[in-house]
Amino acid sequence: MTLAVRVIPCLDVDNGRVVKGVNFQNLRDAGDPVEMAKIYGEEGADELTFLDITASSGNRETTYDVVRRTAEQVFIPLTVGGGVRTTEDVDKLLRAGADKVGVNTAAIARPELIREIAERFGSQVLVLSVDARRCAPAADGGPAAVTASGYEVTTHGGRRGTGIDAVEWAHRAAELGAGEILLNSMDADGTKDGYDTPMIEAVRKHVSVPVIASGGAGTLAHFPPAVAAGADAVLAASVFHFGDLRISQVKDELRAAGHPVR
Amino acid sequence: MSTAPKVVVFDYGFGNIRSAERALAHVGADVEITRDYDKAMAADGLLVPGVGAFAACMQGLREARGDWIVGRRLSGGRPVMGICVGMQILFGRGIEHGVEAEGLDEWPGTVEPLRAPVVPHMGWNTVEAPDDSRLFDGVDKGERFYFVHSYAVRTWELEVANPAMPAPKVAWTTHGEPFVAAVENGPLWATQFHPEKSGDAGARLLRNWLDTL
Repeated sequence: MTLAVRVIPCLDVDNGRVVKGVNFQNLRDAGDPVEMAKIYGEEGADELTFLDITASSGNRETTYDVVRRTAEQVFIPLTVGGGVRTTEDVDKLLRAGADKVGVNTAAIARPELIREIAERFGSQVLVLSVDARRCAPAADGGPAAVTASGYEVTTHGGRRGTGIDAVEWAHRAAELGAGEILLNSMDADGTKDGYDTPMIEAVRKHVSVPVIASGGAGTLAHFPPAVAAGADAVLAASVFHFGDLRISQVKDELRAAGHPVR
Repeated sequence: MSTAPKVVVFDYGFGNIRSAERALAHVGADVEITRDYDKAMAADGLLVPGVGAFAACMQGLREARGDWIVGRRLSGGRPVMGICVGMQILFGRGIEHGVEAEGLDEWPGTVEPLRAPVVPHMGWNTVEAPDDSRLFDGVDKGERFYFVHSYAVRTWELEVANPAMPAPKVAWTTHGEPFVAAVENGPLWATQFHPEKSGDAGARLLRNWLDTL
């Protein structure tokens, strides 16, 4: 008996609609996150992640409604991230039906938020998202950040460096009460060249909570190395949405490589 | 659906009660979320969810008179089901962060930190259930269920000496070490995993429980 590697599709949701292209047959409404969630659930997704990219915080009600409707119809764990700044935000998402909540920028600005959420709702609800990249000179030609691990935490979708060591940050967040680390490689994100396995290894070595690998998945062959590097779960977005890969194919690939799947 | 069993999801401030409500309604229960004493006593089945810290859950349960309700229902043979920390608090005591708290003590045993390389135990794992389990009736051997927890009960200590009494049925899962994954003991059933988040397999389990109500 071994815990299965989780395969997690991630949907970007803007004002209650799925953004990024979605190319699924037999979808009544390809822009409806609830429809998408149902399909992924039926295809064997082990969890679902919604990333709320709604710019205006005034439109958060739309997100809660999407979460509510999804939780009514899909009986697998649902994580919702994006724009979570306070324990009240967490409370609202959990009440709407989210099982876990992703926190990113707000925790960088104020790490105590992690402890506050964990103390009030338990560590198991808190997924810390880390958008990390290899330390390199800034795009504007500015000086390179230097961190001990060689990886740096970024904000604003990878456009701004923080100078914070990504591995140290993941470690500290777990100590503060994060139940899981969503490790997103900003270098690999969108490239379809594969996960950043050295970064996964570096974080795995220093963190004992589960690590979700994110960023870079393009082919089936990209998934087993992420797990071999220490990921407990693999997350992908566009390869699933565009229909390039199916959840079941990813699981077959992992199984063939000797990793347990559901 | 006039014969739908009436289930109360006990609302004492801990647990993803909406998930439990939706999953139970999905398999045909007439569900109400409440902490009302009379309703919780009168329901065909009482579901006790729970997430977070053992001690905090126990305190919340006592404040809502849940300890009393569970005890009264069980002495009358009325079904109760605990999920996750809702299962853990049925044991004698819990130790979290070195703090020891008393549980409901329906079963002897201690809830302790899970010793495994990666904790929380988060995700889908298999469960080894006795062949005559009613809870797992119709569930394939290799089926997986969704777990999220950092604490567990490592030993089952309740021995039933009276041969007229049915022996408790205990199911096990291993993450780093074996721990109690589910129990059926007369009217009291419980799971460490989340059937309400375990897709079709979890729905089957909930339906099996409803069938006993």
